[in-house]
Amino acid sequence: MARSRNRGSQEVNAGSMADIAFLLLIFFLVTTTIASDKGLLITLPPKPDPNEPPPDIKMNERNIFKILANTQDQLMVEDEPMEDISQLRPMVKEFVLNYGKDPKSSDSPKDAIISFKANRGTSYELFTKVLDELFAAYNEMYAQRAGVTVEQWRNIDRKDPVQKAWYDKARKDFPKNISIAQPSKGGN
Amino acid sequence: MSKFKKKSKASQDIPTSALPDIIFMLLFFFMVTTVMREQDILVEQKIPQATQLTKLQKKSLVSVINIGPPKDASRWGTESRIQLNDAIADVDDIVLWVNERKDELDEVERDQITINLKVDKDAKMGIVTDVQEELKEANALKIMYNTIQDTDS
Repeated sequence: MARSRNRGSQEVNAGSMADIAFLLLIFFLVTTTIASDKGLLITLPPKPDPNEPPPDIKMNERNIFKILANTQDQLMVEDEPMEDISQLRPMVKEFVLNYGKDPKSSDSPKDAIISFKANRGTSYELFTKVLDELFAAYNEMYAQRAGVTVEQWRNIDRKDPVQKAWYDKARKDFPKNISIAQPSKGGN
Repeated sequence: MSKFKKKSKASQDIPTSALPDIIFMLLFFFMVTTVMREQDILVEQKIPQATQLTKLQKKSLVSVINIGPPKDASRWGTESRIQLNDAIADVDDIVLWVNERKDELDEVERDQITINLKVDKDAKMGIVTDVQEELKEANALKIMYNTIQDTDS
């Protein structure tokens, strides 16, 4: 009796283990989607209190940089049509860094406001493109103020005290005033 | 000639006994990192590209709203619609949905809820603004326009 039992192998055949693992591996490789939680982060203004009248803010016209977009995805920047979106970035930088030199441009970066108003018919693609350019302009200016490259600025880690110092230096009196206005309801 | 004989003494097989272990290691890595998609996306989405991206840190605070033309055009039409959870919804449902999302969070974190807007690039700004107005109403003020890293520039 004992002999006949010994004849059969008592080990589990592990030779095909690799194949099984490969099969599972390929399944998970195919089904994995790396989560893409990346994008342009903005904070909306809080909803105005209906009991209080809207605050009467007197803004100097020169401190507002106006960008308008229509349903044909055409841009109007500072009352002039703009064909090429890549011109926007240098214009924004020039506007913000004016420090009162040009009477038509901003007083100081603190007062400068970039106002972007899209139409209801504007495509989302153009909206993100313009927003991206505005973010890029500000990121370049911040990087310059902090004395680091744009790449370093964008990957800044605010938990690190050295990098926090850069961040504070760049952001002091230099807010990112990007206003996204309510789109007009008109057809054009 | 004797040189050749010496060489042939060495084993020419690559040891493969550790192969299953290596494969298992890879397998576990992918098993752990895989996030099963808990909902089907009912709208078409071509996410726009951008360069100045921010990465979200806390995943638990993020809720996704999908906007785009419905895949099932015979039922929902071709105009862009909003998808909340796993159903096409109306703009009016957003406040309720955001409050449900907020209830799932800790009390201290409720104000920090971030809405990840995944919008088709051909969608119009009208619907996006409508959603934003409702989010203001629901006091969910942090929003992110989901974009893909533009690799050209």
